[in-house]
Amino acid sequence: MAKRNASISVAGLAVPFRIWGQRFAFLGLLALAFALMLLSKAETGALERARTAIVDATAPVLDVMSRPVEAGQAAAQSVESYFVVRAENIRLREENERLLRWMLMAQQLEVENATLRAQLDFVPEIAPRAITARVVADTGGAFFHSLLINAGARHFVQRGQAVVSHGGLVGRVAEVGDRSARVLLLTDLNSRIPAIVESTGDRVIVTGNNTPWPTLTYLASNSPVSAGDRVLTSGHGGVFPPGLVIGVVAEASETRVTIQPAVPLSQVSEARVLDYGVNGILPPPEQVPARIAPRPADLAGPPVSPPDVPAASAASPASPAAAAETAR
Amino acid sequence: MNAATFAPVLEISRRVVPGLTILLLILLAQLPLPLPFFPDITPALPLMAIYYWVVFRPDLMPRILVFALGLFQDALIGAPFGLTALIYLLAHGFVLNQRRFLAGKPFWVFWAGFAIVTPVAMFLNWLLASILRGAILPTDVVLMSMLLTVIMFPAIAWALLHCQRWLVGSAETP
Repeated sequence: MAKRNASISVAGLAVPFRIWGQRFAFLGLLALAFALMLLSKAETGALERARTAIVDATAPVLDVMSRPVEAGQAAAQSVESYFVVRAENIRLREENERLLRWMLMAQQLEVENATLRAQLDFVPEIAPRAITARVVADTGGAFFHSLLINAGARHFVQRGQAVVSHGGLVGRVAEVGDRSARVLLLTDLNSRIPAIVESTGDRVIVTGNNTPWPTLTYLASNSPVSAGDRVLTSGHGGVFPPGLVIGVVAEASETRVTIQPAVPLSQVSEARVLDYGVNGILPPPEQVPARIAPRPADLAGPPVSPPDVPAASAASPASPAAAAETAR
Repeated sequence: MNAATFAPVLEISRRVVPGLTILLLILLAQLPLPLPFFPDITPALPLMAIYYWVVFRPDLMPRILVFALGLFQDALIGAPFGLTALIYLLAHGFVLNQRRFLAGKPFWVFWAGFAIVTPVAMFLNWLLASILRGAILPTDVVLMSMLLTVIMFPAIAWALLHCQRWLVGSAETP
């Protein structure tokens, strides 16, 4: 009898113990989550290294998984282009004619420019090295706007480099792993880009706000900025090279001015990382692999010059090309 | 070589399938689909699978696994570590508490339960992300994402149901 009682009481005790144990595990994990959040906020190196290691390990998987998406997109495009081939042909012919005129003009200007530069003993600008990478993941959802690309430190991607696609700025490299990198989009809350409004010459900061339309901050209140004005990187602060197209002014009201990015950021499938050798105000990356003395161009891809973005006329908004562009 | 040799292997693979489906959905949610605004309103695919497995196979969905998957997602999306993990942990705890009301009921009850869990989880996620980022984040995309998540749930649940039938089996414990 006594033995039976004891066994009952032991069983009766074991259940609450198990429940308490589970509750303790639950609370322990909750506390751990909060602790990790606070530590992440403090940006400890160890957590960031863990993150890049995880992303690096996952990047090849994402790379493979995103191939069908890309193939599907290509197939859809080819079907679409089949149906609009006539209209497209007419449009391209017209555009070709127009571009040929521009080419003539550009050739004349090039010669003129070269002559003038020769007269001035002008120090030529460094042509940027460009690395083209695939976008393997569009991460973040509504709260964090970033992309993962399949190029990293082994392809000489570095923190702070500008990332462009199809003629416009996408963002900058925020984290670099060995074979992957995270690109902070210019729409992210943490993105601040020194810029210039082409038509008025106003210096502004393009500030991400997690919506598809970043705002222009530090704009003089009496500035005559209006919708449709182009906004380019100014090159101030040495983070971005000058003259990259960020977007056009979408809405200019008394209280706020927003821009529409030149690149449809949700549809970027390939991105070009530009290396101008500028990384002014950014802190040095914590973990850069030992740099292989002079960087071999064959590994980094063919050095491309000039970049596929209209790198022009940022410093002189009144230049003839820019004036012609806005007049058109 | 007979079936018995492979039994332990089969048993183990059976046990890891639920976790793998969540891992797969985390990765799928990150794919760069070329649709305008889609990255912002991506449905919370992993949440669907967590809800499903906690209701049908809680024995294969321990909270430490949910927590680890949350951490993995945080690493991937560039969120502060612990944010998604916390949301998943709370959702796991809540559903585990209420699963007696959900298991064995008609599908619409199961779906309605998810329609309650999702807004709470995503609102919490929005709130924590806003606090951590020090700004009130846009709410319209979160509402759209919530709606999309609830609407898409039957499709994912259907896929998981088949996955469970073929690969996992039903719970030994009631």
